[in-house]
Amino acid sequence: MTSSSPAAPRGRERRKRDSRVGDKIFMNAARGSGILLLVIMAAIAGFLTWRSGIALSKNEGNFLTTFEWTPDAPKPVFGIAVLAFGTIVSALIAMAIAVPVAIGIALFISHYAPRKIAQPFAYLVDLLAAVPSVVYGLWGALFLVPHLDGLTSWLNDYLGWTYIFDQSRAGTTPRNLFTVGILLAIMILPIITAVSREVFRQVPRMHEEAALALGATRWEMIRTAVLPFGRPGIISASMLGLGRALGETIAVAIVLSSNNVLSLHLLDPGGGTFAQNIALKFNEAQPFGRDALMASGLVLFVITLLVNGAARLIVARRKEYSGANA
Amino acid sequence: MSTATTSVPADTRLVNRPLTANRLPKWAPAAVAGGSIALGCAIGAIGGLASHLQWGLISAALFVVISYVLSAQVEGRRQAKDRLATSVVWVAFILAVVPLAALTFYTVQQGASVVDGNFLTHSMKGIRTSGPGGGIYHALIGTLEQVGLATAMAAPIGLLTAVYLVEYGRGTLAKVVTFFVDVMTGVPSIVAGLFILSLWNLVLGFNYSGFSGSLALAILMMPVVVRSTEEMLKLVPNELREASYALGVPKWKTILRIVIPTAIGGITTGVMLSVARITGETAPVMMLVFGADYINTNPFDGPQQSLPMYIWQQYSMVNNDFGYARAWGAALVLIAFVMGLNLIARGIARWRSPKGGH
Repeated sequence: MTSSSPAAPRGRERRKRDSRVGDKIFMNAARGSGILLLVIMAAIAGFLTWRSGIALSKNEGNFLTTFEWTPDAPKPVFGIAVLAFGTIVSALIAMAIAVPVAIGIALFISHYAPRKIAQPFAYLVDLLAAVPSVVYGLWGALFLVPHLDGLTSWLNDYLGWTYIFDQSRAGTTPRNLFTVGILLAIMILPIITAVSREVFRQVPRMHEEAALALGATRWEMIRTAVLPFGRPGIISASMLGLGRALGETIAVAIVLSSNNVLSLHLLDPGGGTFAQNIALKFNEAQPFGRDALMASGLVLFVITLLVNGAARLIVARRKEYSGANA
Repeated sequence: MSTATTSVPADTRLVNRPLTANRLPKWAPAAVAGGSIALGCAIGAIGGLASHLQWGLISAALFVVISYVLSAQVEGRRQAKDRLATSVVWVAFILAVVPLAALTFYTVQQGASVVDGNFLTHSMKGIRTSGPGGGIYHALIGTLEQVGLATAMAAPIGLLTAVYLVEYGRGTLAKVVTFFVDVMTGVPSIVAGLFILSLWNLVLGFNYSGFSGSLALAILMMPVVVRSTEEMLKLVPNELREASYALGVPKWKTILRIVIPTAIGGITTGVMLSVARITGETAPVMMLVFGADYINTNPFDGPQQSLPMYIWQQYSMVNNDFGYARAWGAALVLIAFVMGLNLIARGIARWRSPKGGH
């Protein structure tokens, strides 16, 4: 050390400078890709807004309340009333079915099942989260729809008085919003289960044991220790599922037989959703029709943005159970 | 329990009263389940309900109700509530297993008879869609190329962003990026497709090609890669970084040589899972790749095909039994591919998971 002291400072100086250059390059590359992601998000919003602006300025109907979608007609008229209704209703049906069942399955895996079943089953649920939506769609159209015939006519017979479950023409093929809701429920079940299961697993063991030591039954332990701890996680998992249900395209496009009628008879074929409408109308659309479709895409984008943003804000404190890696 | 009773022999009334007196026997739930299934089937058969779905639903409802009532009679209200929760959870489990098992089983059943050597090595060129024959070779090539290109774009950017967030990220920018990455995971695939279409095809004037499809897929993939890589980098113990700094290694070298290699198993898993996810995306590909029935190996020029889009076209445009059969065959191949990727990814995760060092 001491013998090489005259040369050492210069060498160290150079190494320091090199590492600083390397550090700078690397840090800027890393920061640059972060910024790139932001730019992409901004660009998505920007482009869609720009194209929709073009479309909306020439729309002869009211964008929010019109039922028809004929942007390429000589007198362009298009509106999102039917699409918004269909999207929201089918997503709500899906949530109403999927959330309780998913919480049940998550509890089953984390607290009820024998260990030997729980692990493989958790694995299976994760695998099912990866089944492509087009396969769900194919299965929905060729398997689920015929199998729901009986349930549909039963609902029509016995619950027809609720108006919602009344079929205008009894015995029509159930390619309706109700079936779409059931299919979406099956599709979002794995993701909601996966995220809530992770949350339930993180409940401090001490809380559970304390509850049991006080004489609580297993359900009382879950109600007092597990569910309160997991509530933000459940909410964010549900919102993630909702986001997927809202944006689901191809499965809905395959199963639903769409039209531009807004009807509260959920068992009547018809209606539509944002994503399904874009997928079906896109190929035949003229340039202006495409702009109109982009306007509806923008609405969908904003809705999912709000849903996801809300989900993230709810669990901002506990980032570890975001569903991105599920 | 038994030791407590034997050590206090004085109170004979307590000794003679077994602790399990007002508990249902262990086999009770199974018996109730069996009974309610039988009853449900009987009701279904007598009532003439055509759908077996309803038989199952009736049985499930009967099971929940009977076990609650039985338990409330024998064990008291608190125990009954516990049983109610247990049976509801079991019913939820079975409710979920049925459709998911049906989906897998049905796909394998329908697809297995279609997939053979000819199906995997031929395209649809010159095949009359109203008849049998044809295959998915062109779709396989298209899918592999598009997904490969998307991964080549999204993985490095995602990885670097994750490095930024974990190793450098302080302050507002990091917070904003984190939030928008999370939000971006929820962008519907069709919106990503619309965006690329308006930017790449309409504004910049490029034609339909496999590459524009992979641009949209990359947008969908990036946030997923960021999130999973972030989790993995966070698991790398800080002691490793500090040891490296103490030896005078600059930060960028520490990240490249110490941090990333330590977490590489988890990172690979994350990337593979996201690949599996974008492989099944239909909507953006449908808009941007356009779908060709011949083999096009150049992803930068002209329409291509992809597996999900092939399924969609065979179902909705061909729309006959031969089309359905081809669609099921392609669906089986697609599912096998995606699930295979998943299994490999999870295997890697198990094999090389970083041990938490906190």
